[in-house]
Amino acid sequence: MKVDWMTFWPRIVEATGETLIMVVATLIFGSIIGISMGLLLFVTRDNNILENKWVFQALNILINIIRPVPFIIFLVAISQLTRLVVGTTIGTAAAIFPMTIVASFSIARVVENNLVSIDPGVIEAAQAMGASPLRIIFTILIPEALGPLILGLTFICVGLFDFSAVAGTVGGGGLGHIAMTYGYQRFDGSVMLVTVIILIVMVQLAQWIGNTLSKKLMRR
Amino acid sequence: MIEFKHVSKTFYIGKSEVQAVKDVSLTIAQGDIFGIIGFSGAGKSTLLRLVNMLERPTAGKVIIQGTDISTLSPKKLREERQNIGMIFQNFNLFNSRTVAGNIAYPLKLAGMKKTQITERVQELLQFVGLTDKAKHYPDQLSGGQKQRVGIARALATSPDVLVCDEATSALDPETTGDILKLLKKVNQELGITILLITHEMHVIQSICNKVAIMEDGAVIESGPVFDTFTNPQHPTTRRFIGSVQQDLPSAHILQEWRRHNEGSLYRVTFTGDTTNDPVLSSITKKHNVDFNIVYGSVQELQNKLFGNLIVSFTGQETAISRTLEALNDIVTLEEVTDIEG
Ligand SMILES: Nc1ncnc2c1ncn2[C@@H]1O[C@H](COP(=O)(O)OP(=O)(O)OP(=O)(O)O)[C@@H](O)[C@H]1O
Ligand SMILES: [Mg+2]
Repeated sequence: MKVDWMTFWPRIVEATGETLIMVVATLIFGSIIGISMGLLLFVTRDNNILENKWVFQALNILINIIRPVPFIIFLVAISQLTRLVVGTTIGTAAAIFPMTIVASFSIARVVENNLVSIDPGVIEAAQAMGASPLRIIFTILIPEALGPLILGLTFICVGLFDFSAVAGTVGGGGLGHIAMTYGYQRFDGSVMLVTVIILIVMVQLAQWIGNTLSKKLMRR
Repeated sequence: MIEFKHVSKTFYIGKSEVQAVKDVSLTIAQGDIFGIIGFSGAGKSTLLRLVNMLERPTAGKVIIQGTDISTLSPKKLREERQNIGMIFQNFNLFNSRTVAGNIAYPLKLAGMKKTQITERVQELLQFVGLTDKAKHYPDQLSGGQKQRVGIARALATSPDVLVCDEATSALDPETTGDILKLLKKVNQELGITILLITHEMHVIQSICNKVAIMEDGAVIESGPVFDTFTNPQHPTTRRFIGSVQQDLPSAHILQEWRRHNEGSLYRVTFTGDTTNDPVLSSITKKHNVDFNIVYGSVQELQNKLFGNLIVSFTGQETAISRTLEALNDIVTLEEVTDIEG
């Protein structure tokens, strides 16, 4: 029951592409939503530039509810919503939807944590100069936190490879799917080995890109 | 220029409350370098932050150039803030921006054109003496250099007022001196009114013309620095003055003196013109009395001289009392009792 590598390679290449698309798309959408949520969470904190108890608590509770749910359960739990939004529960697009939701909430926390570590005095200095809250968000908060933020996003990104494999086992495609059907169910060790190696290489690459970028931004 | 009218600020933390500022009324005039001094927790920072509404008063008004700034709309307040420069103990520079970028930031906020910004930044760098550091980042600078950037940034939009929250407290004595000189230059060359807070009396002594002493949220004494130094009213004020000038020998020296000498010790304080006349020697000579200076100093304060001498007199008893009477008309005289100091 060994696979024929001549015909199997294109499958691997295709699956690698699917995994990459899942991870990159999730990272992009998740960052947009997550960074916005993280900023909102931060600025609505007590004594912050747009203090708002209600918004802060609502977001905070929502994040605390979603984050501890294991991804595989979350994936299944929202499958009806996924069908409604994407039209199907099978394939890369259907995997990206729940991955984006989960990633957004994680990114929101990472962003909030990074923003909290900005010296409040710096924000105050901008306020004292007459900067508006929106201006502070875009010209102070984001640039000041960018270095560690990139590291945080890299951490999330590495986790997304994991998520993509989980999604793959339940019809999401990608390397996870290959590893599951050929490596696990058909007991083909070589397929397993190849997918694992490809995943390791991709994770290393992502980590390297993240480290390099953040180093450049932190100038240290 | 800046007027605090019965200003109070209370913080509420859960059920407990902290009255950080209590019914403060002060007037800072155009051109002043006005110092507010007090121990930690006296409410200095809170009072200062009321000037640009980083903190809103719970009672009273803060009036700047005729407008009660607590009534301004958010937009108008932001405009007004461009007229009030602020510098901080920890500099609060933007670490993600270069020195030039930091100084350019308030100019961008003010909507200045790019070419003008470059020019103005250059001008400011020159003023604070950091032209060679334009492209450096804050973490590549020393504390003194960082504060220079802070000052340049605060001056960028040509404000009428500069408020300083412990601007020199994080710096070594020499750098403190440099920054104080720079602040003096800001006041004299640019005509900017400065309101500063500190817990170090020597800061007040070296650059301020007026001072207010704060304790427990309230201003307990205020006035021209020279008057406050030469004639302090409140014990706390005396403590602060004592921190920069010792006006009495130690108890040990006093005891030694009394063991070997008869008679009383007198504190003679001269201010202004009397420091130039040989008052002591001419009067004692006239009454045929000898005097001995046990301890003392003459200092410069606000371009005026201020003398403080501990003196003993020897001679006939009646002659001494006549000498004391005559001196009392010209200088301030008081007998030194041992419990002092
Ligand atoms: N945002 C705040 N919330 C609650 N209490 C505050 C707040 N800011 C200041 N206080 C309290 O108000 C009082 C005065 O504080 P403030 O910072 O004005 O003192 P300070 O004179 O500047 O002291 P220091 O020399 O230590 O800076 C303190 O008891 C402080 O705990
Ligand atoms: Mg303070």
